[in-house]
Amino acid sequence: MPRLHVPRPPTRPGDKPDFSYVELSPAGAINKPDVNARARDMVEVAVGLVRVLDDKHEAVGQWNPRLEAEDLQVGLRHMLLTRIFDDRMQRTQRQGKISFYMRSYGEEAVGVAQAMALQPGDMLFPSYRQQGIYMVRGKPLVELMCQLLSNTRDMCKGRQLPVMYHWNAGRIFSISGNLTTQFPQAVGWAMAAAIRNEDHIACTWIGEGSSAEADFHHGIIFAAVHQAPVIMNIVNNQWAISTFQGTAGGEQRSFAARGPGYGIAGVRVDGNDFLAVYSVTQWAAQRARMGGGPTLIELVTYRASAHSTSDDPSRYRPKDDYEHWPLGDPVDRLKNHLIARGDWSEKQHKDLHAELDAQVVTAWKEAVQFGALNEGPRLDRHLMFEDVYKEFPENLRRQSEQLAEEIKLNAELGLAAKSE
Amino acid sequence: MAQMNMIQALNSAMDVMMARDPSVVVMGEDVGYFGGVFRVTDGLQRKYGDQRVLDSPISEGGIVATAIGMAVNGLKPVAEIQFADYIYPAVDQIASELARIRYRSAGDFTAPVVIRAPCGGGIRGGQTHSQSPEAIFTHICGVKVVMPSNPYDAKGLLIAAIEDDDPIIFFEPKRIYNGPFDGDPNKPAVPWSTHAKGNVPEGHYKVPLGKCDIVRPGEQVTIVTYGTMVYVCEAAAKKLNIDAEIIDVRTMSPLDIDPICSSVKKTGRCVVAHEATRFSGFGAELSASIQEECFWYLESPIQRVAGWDTPYPHAFEWEYFPGQARVALALRAAMGEQ
Repeated sequence: MPRLHVPRPPTRPGDKPDFSYVELSPAGAINKPDVNARARDMVEVAVGLVRVLDDKHEAVGQWNPRLEAEDLQVGLRHMLLTRIFDDRMQRTQRQGKISFYMRSYGEEAVGVAQAMALQPGDMLFPSYRQQGIYMVRGKPLVELMCQLLSNTRDMCKGRQLPVMYHWNAGRIFSISGNLTTQFPQAVGWAMAAAIRNEDHIACTWIGEGSSAEADFHHGIIFAAVHQAPVIMNIVNNQWAISTFQGTAGGEQRSFAARGPGYGIAGVRVDGNDFLAVYSVTQWAAQRARMGGGPTLIELVTYRASAHSTSDDPSRYRPKDDYEHWPLGDPVDRLKNHLIARGDWSEKQHKDLHAELDAQVVTAWKEAVQFGALNEGPRLDRHLMFEDVYKEFPENLRRQSEQLAEEIKLNAELGLAAKSE
Repeated sequence: MAQMNMIQALNSAMDVMMARDPSVVVMGEDVGYFGGVFRVTDGLQRKYGDQRVLDSPISEGGIVATAIGMAVNGLKPVAEIQFADYIYPAVDQIASELARIRYRSAGDFTAPVVIRAPCGGGIRGGQTHSQSPEAIFTHICGVKVVMPSNPYDAKGLLIAAIEDDDPIIFFEPKRIYNGPFDGDPNKPAVPWSTHAKGNVPEGHYKVPLGKCDIVRPGEQVTIVTYGTMVYVCEAAAKKLNIDAEIIDVRTMSPLDIDPICSSVKKTGRCVVAHEATRFSGFGAELSASIQEECFWYLESPIQRVAGWDTPYPHAFEWEYFPGQARVALALRAAMGEQ
């Protein structure tokens, strides 16, 4: 008999969803360690599950961040905007207006609550599924859409796939299509903040699947050695395209528990609980700012949509998985909490949804005026040769000139000249 | 014989070899239950089980490193790197380890791993799903580097690679997975069923490693190319009504230089073409090797056709891609026209 252990997800297409493998703790059950506690003394927070919202939609326990109603409403607004934006952009991809898209459906609390718990000067190194941080930091939707459209206002000048945004002024690093590369880079940024004696911290995100890359180790070992002021997030959304979290090593031990293994704090949190995510991030940020070093946070959530518009999850998991996800939906849970507090109503929610949807539609109308990948005005093709180096090199000057010749020749050869 | 596209042909190669040789294992990201993001390993796990078709953690360095260990312990791993653009975390394991284990142990240990990696552009993949990094690996002594351009060769070369005793980097030009592509994105896609090389034997056969293929005999100029560019070059020569001899390199390392030089000595003119970036690209090696042998036979300087010296830009895919016009300019220069 073969003896190699191969992790298998509990369910496949056609099976009844089963999330009994997800270890849960009741809301309020996990105590909040002192912000200066030693990593070795707080293993409980790395293997338990920090939750604030209980089944009656009330906030309980030591991790309750005791936010004002207005803050919670802002959080709900950002999450809902992220979701509506994602839905609309997904549809534009289906209509062929953009080439590719990646939704964050089901994971909106991660980017939104975390960005809200940080200070504007803190530097963010996201992966491709934290668009919520752009909503929190106020990037105009039109600018995000122009990137998705690769049009004449594209911040990336046509060089990157859709969703690979960047925003230096908003302190959000350029997104890479290669996984985990940003994780140790964020640690380097944080080391520089310490060297330069600045108060700002860095915050970075990867998926649980990406934590298998060597860059995970590179990041966490430098963070541990230098006690860098950085928050390192593993968004455990259970799926890395078709492989479930067991294939990344989540079967035997929580991802957060790797933190104490390296000598840094690890916290496992309910990633669909806005209050818990906010609170854990606030705690980790305070710890980093006070010189307590890095924190590894595992956000337990669920990738409710496909990996990307190129993916079809019905091939590898039950179609109705998300309906059975034990941690619910982050938008619904915050909404229900606000209603339970008496600070929100179904009517207000419906109105907010309509307002945000109109905002997205209006922004889209403006964005498409600047062109789309295959229609309308196009970026100057010369831009493809710029920014390879600061100074424009001679070989690229010649190649740019040759491209002009090619485009003339295209007409002669009966080939469509795409950029004319 | 069966009609196969390149995906089916590659799948068939692994199927045939897994059936014949119990030491063959397949590994990589999403290759098992899902069957790979390009479906190249579809059905293999169902047929051969999850002890032989492994979904790997997302760790290219880990995939290659463990494949080396498996090979040292008698298995024949066929490892997929999901996109060639993702191979870089594995470069230390390839360059410092995989390529040199035979040499450094004087043959006491070997690691005959096959690394498959879809490469090339033309699918709107942007800079992280479009690269052609073959020259990085041809520069490494101890690995063989292969790139088929059609289903027949793809299956025969992959079987030869799996049976070979040396490590092999096997690049698959993904734009031509489903059909030959002449470089014009506005034309309807053509399936492999329209092409002679879409006829593929269902059983075991080999296309030898280290042998180029004269895909079109001609008298006026020699075009040395591989991958997707084979079809772009054919179309461009036809448009210009030039009788070109087109050679598909197929194995970049070790390079089958003699038939290439014989051809250039015959035609006296040469264009080398690839999709990868021009500067220090494999075309530079081709050009230098040909020039060393054929200098006294050349009627004009050897011309190079390549991608520009920039990353692969998403929105300018077709301005970057070396299409028929770029080939035509080089052909005209080689023919002495301007």
